[in-house]
Parts: sequence; structure tokens; C-alpha cells
Amino acid sequence: MNKFGFSTHASRVIDYETIDTKLISYIVENEPSFASCISCGSCTATCSAANLTYFNIRRLNVQIRLGEFEEIQQEIDKCMLCGKCMLVCPRGINTRNVIMLIKRGLTTLEIKK
Amino acid sequence: MNFNFFVLPFTIGFFIIIVVLGVRFTRWIWKLSKIDKLRILHGFFTRRTLRAIREAWNESLLHKNIFKVNPFLGFMHMSLAFGWFLIIVVGHIEMYALTGNLTAMPWESVFFRYFEHTTSHAHAIFAHIMDTLLLLVLGGVGLALYKRVNMKFFGIRRNTQLRVSDKVALYSLWAIFPMRLLAESATAGFYMNGGWLTNNIGHVFQLVNLNSNGELIFWWIYSISLGAFFVVLPFSRYMHIPTEVLYIFLKEYGIKLKREYNSFSEIQVYSCSRCGICIEACQMHHAKISNNQSVYILKNIRDENITERKIYNCLLCGRCETLCPVNLKLNDLRITLRINASKDFNSTYDFLEQPHNTEHAEVVYFAGCMSHLSPSIISAVETILKTTKTPYLFIDKEKGVCCGRPLMLAGQQKAALKLINHNRESIIQSGAQTLITSCPICYKTFKEDYELGQMRILHHSEYIHELLTNKSLKISKSTQKYIYHDPCELGRGSDVYEEPRFILSQTGTLKTIENERQKSLCCGGSLGDVSLSMQERNRITHQTLLQLTKPNPDCIVTACPLCKKTFAKQKKVPVKDIAEIVVECM
Repeated sequence: MNKFGFSTHASRVIDYETIDTKLISYIVENEPSFASCISCGSCTATCSAANLTYFNIRRLNVQIRLGEFEEIQQEIDKCMLCGKCMLVCPRGINTRNVIMLIKRGLTTLEIKK
Repeated sequence: MNFNFFVLPFTIGFFIIIVVLGVRFTRWIWKLSKIDKLRILHGFFTRRTLRAIREAWNESLLHKNIFKVNPFLGFMHMSLAFGWFLIIVVGHIEMYALTGNLTAMPWESVFFRYFEHTTSHAHAIFAHIMDTLLLLVLGGVGLALYKRVNMKFFGIRRNTQLRVSDKVALYSLWAIFPMRLLAESATAGFYMNGGWLTNNIGHVFQLVNLNSNGELIFWWIYSISLGAFFVVLPFSRYMHIPTEVLYIFLKEYGIKLKREYNSFSEIQVYSCSRCGICIEACQMHHAKISNNQSVYILKNIRDENITERKIYNCLLCGRCETLCPVNLKLNDLRITLRINASKDFNSTYDFLEQPHNTEHAEVVYFAGCMSHLSPSIISAVETILKTTKTPYLFIDKEKGVCCGRPLMLAGQQKAALKLINHNRESIIQSGAQTLITSCPICYKTFKEDYELGQMRILHHSEYIHELLTNKSLKISKSTQKYIYHDPCELGRGSDVYEEPRFILSQTGTLKTIENERQKSLCCGGSLGDVSLSMQERNRITHQTLLQLTKPNPDCIVTACPLCKKTFAKQKKVPVKDIAEIVVECM
């Protein structure tokens, strides 16, 4: 097989109907501004934790909707809650509350993984 | 022994309150940690006790702090507390002096005038004094009644809702002194044993032919209202009266709020008098939030109906704390609640590697996350450090780790300690003598949580002040008019008020506004609040800016990157950090 110098992700199937929506509903209910995220990535660009790790707060938004809760559990641990993302967000999303809600949601809600 | 059946309600109430308070106080002190109990033991026979007595005299009786906020409100509290105290004290002196009976029952001094009908000169003098004191208390009751009608007159916006026990206590408190006046006057009508006030009202009673049954009814009602007040007091908001005294003593013995909710926190909760001063101080009403001020939180803790949103929706700016007449540590109290609410999901930060600094420097500069968002502050501070030829190490230039305070404010204590230990290690490894930071949020936690030993911790405004006073930095005066905005964490949080003002007086003209220093307003960007939306924040910022721009400054100067960033949203008046101003004038 030819080596092209790059790799591709293995194909995967995401069944939206089986994804547990408890976490996303919990977040949007308590922090409605989260729904207005346009995934611009300003938050990740300024993030203190992203400077030290591969933490990507923008990706969390997608991961929550895709139901990748185990990855979120590992990732969310890296946020230091410094609040820079909140200041740069063009949509004025209260990102610190989103992080706190994800953390709380993952421990208190019984989420099907 | 003088006795009549009407003394029973008072006597029963009196014994009930003694027992209930005894049990509560013992339980509170019993539950304190061992070290705190030792603190009480060691402090008891020292000057601290005298200081506590003085503070209890000033605050529990004279209510000096409330006088500072509003004289009418102060007079109301003072006349009720101090007036009643004097009535009790002078009443006892009167009884002992006139009867020589030192083994009298508690009711005998309270109902002295019903039992004692002699009218000598000494009696008359005491009667006049007691009448005057009674009038003082009645003045307080009158103001309390008026306060229910016109709260604004007392500088209060709103107050808490009363529970049934509060209402019973309130109405019996209102009844006590008017009934005492009527009862004593009725007796004075028969025997002329009253003072200038009661004798005259007694005359009127004689004119309308009041008989001894009528007199007895007044004494009964007086006794019942006293008894009722004593019985409900421990279960109503008036529990603050005895608890505040206990709080003052414990505070004076050096007991502080811990990072967990314990019996000392509970003592603070019960010490709140619900005067409502914190409601007026709070800026959250600009964001239309009016159920979450400190007094409501304390009430919610007592009524056990506290929600996470209530705990987290507070700027932690500390305005209420500085105005609180009881000196409650409202911010720390709220943080302990947050720690409790979020203790199940603290981060571990396993990715952090052991810091190994190879560089050493006398001076370490820690800019802080927020300063990295506002690079002009960093470059200004670096320019100053370079101009004064200070060798320094910029410790969080590239892979900076947050100081931990934002996590602490959100109640994530364990997680915060991880970051604190990491940064602490790397600062100590650098062998620095001085740590300079540009961010008041970092500054406060460096001072309070980092335990850096002998290392000097300075905000850059303090450092510049030092350079100016020892003449290592020279600046020229410009024609600019400034207004200085005190950041919450630097001003109220760390008591740095004068250094930035000194610097600005050297670089231009400093204008003053009404709400500055301890009273300064929050910019609205505070990291203390986790659940405030951006729209709500903007409303608070708008109101603060209105006050800051009132004297038409050329520039709003602040010393916090977060305040700067928050204010910079508006375009009318430029906002600069104090370091930038200094660089401009160099």
C-alpha cells in the first residue's frame, strides 16, 4: 500500500438517536448562552490550558453533542477556569459556567456512555 | 418577696431563653476545632477580652457602624439596644439602692414600680431617669414603626420577608415599651411614684377613673409581651442580638473562618441582624438580580433553602463586607458554600510536570493569565523593569499556569491547591526575593495562599511606587486628567489604595469620585461570579462607567487587566493600566 505521508481516521458510525442528551440539556437549561456557540475557536486560541496540553474547549461543544463522554471526562480535567475564553468569546458565552456545569453534570447526572 | 401572678409570663420566658441560649452557645463552642478552643482559653485572660468588650459596647449597644451608614437607622438601633440596656442596668441599681435587697428575684427589678410605692427624693430622681430612658427607647420604637412605612428614609431599599416567629418577636418587641409606659403610668396615677412622664400620664388615667383592675391588665400585657419576646427570640432573626456578642468575642480571640462550613460559620450566619445595608451596597440590582444579596443568602442558610445558583451568582466584590455593621466575612462564607457544593468534582491536573527552573533571579515577574490577554500591560511593565536595569525572570512568559484563585473563587479548592503548589515550587526554585505581578487576582492569592515566607510580594503599582520614592525612576507630569478605578481584589481585597494614587498624582491630575477606595464599584467582569450572563455583566459595567466618567476624565486608569478588558468594551473614554501611564510619562 502506498504511503502518502498522512493518515486518516478510521470510519465510524454515530447513531444520534442513541446519544444521551441529558448533559447538553442540563447545560443549555442552566446556561442558555451555550446554545449560541458558533465554534469560532477564539476560546481555544486564548486558552491557558491549551498552551500546556491539547485541551480544546471548542471541541467539547461537538463532543457533548456526539456523546463522547469519556473523552470529555478526561479533557475537562485540564481547564483551570482562568476565564480568558469568556472575555474573548464573540457571543458572550459564559464559558466558566459551562465548564462547571459539565463537571457537575458528569458527576451528578446518570449518563449512558 | 414581692409577687403577683402577672410576673409569671416574664419569668417563664426569661428562664426559657437562658436555657435555650445556654444550650446553643455550648453546642457552638463545643463543635469548634481543638485549636480554636485553645485560642479561647489562651485569649480569655488577656487584653483581647477587654477589646472584645469595647467592640461589643460600640457595635452591639451603640451601633456605631450603622450610624456611619445612616444616622436615623443608627439611632433606631442604638436607642432600642442601648436604651434597653440602660433601663435594665439603672433599674437594677435603683432597686438595690432603694430597697437594699440584694437577693431579689429577676422580676422584682422589672416590675419594681408596681411593688414599690414610696416617694422619697431618691425615688423621684431614679423615677425621672427611668422615664427619660424609657422615652429614648420609645423613640427607637417610633422610628422602627416609621421604617415599616418609609424604608427609603433610612437608606434601605428592601428587606427580608418575615417568618411567623419573626413577626411574633417583632410585634411583642413593639408592644413591650409602650405597655411599660402605660403600666407604670397607671400605678403612678394611684401612688404618684413615677417620674415626669409617667406621673403626668397617670394623672390622665385618674381623670378617666382607671381602677386597679385596669392597672393590672396593663402590667399583665407588659409581662406577656416580654415573655413572648424572650420565648421566640432564639427562633427568630433576633437571635442575632446574643449571637453577635459571642461572634465579637470569638473573632477577637483569633478564630477565623475555615475553608469548610463549621460552627463558627453558623455563628456568623446567626449574627446577621438583617439590617439590609448589604442590599443597598450590592451592584447586582443593576442586573435585575434582587434575591441573592448576602442577607438573603444568610437567611436561606438558616431556612435551609439554598440553591447552587444562589451560591454562585455573586461578584464577590466585597462591597457588602466592608459595609456590614457586624463585620461578617461574607465573601469567605460564600466561598465555603461553593467549596461544599463542588467538592465532588475537583480536577487533578496530572499533566503538570514537576517544575525545574534553571534560571535564577532576584526579581520574578508573574504576569498572570489576564495580563496575557492584554499584552500592552506586560510590555509596559517590562519597559519599566528594563529602564531601571532590574534583572528579572518572566516566569509565566510561555507556559504559564493559572495562579489558582479563579478556581478558589469557584469553590474548587483541591484543584486550586494543585496549581498553587505547582507555581509555588517554581517561584521558590528561582530563588527570588521579590515577586511582582500585574494581576490583583494573582496578587491576592500569592499573599494569602502561597506561603512564600520572606519573599516580598508586590503588585506592579506598588513596585513603581517604590521606584519613584527611591528615585530610581523619573517621570514627568503631563496635563492629563485621570480617574482611578480601584480593582476589587487590589483595593478591598488587599488594601492597596494609596500607591496607585501617588503614582497618578505624579503623572497628572487625579480626579475623585464618590464611590472610591473601600466604596469603589466592581467593573462587572469579576471572576467571582460563575453564573452571571454577559448581558447582565454589561449592565453592571455600564453603571460603573457612568460614575467613573462623571468628572470627564481624559483617561480611566486601573491596575487590573480584567477591569481594563471589561471597561475597554466602550469606546468613549480610553482605559489604561497604571503601568502604561507611567511608561507614557517616562
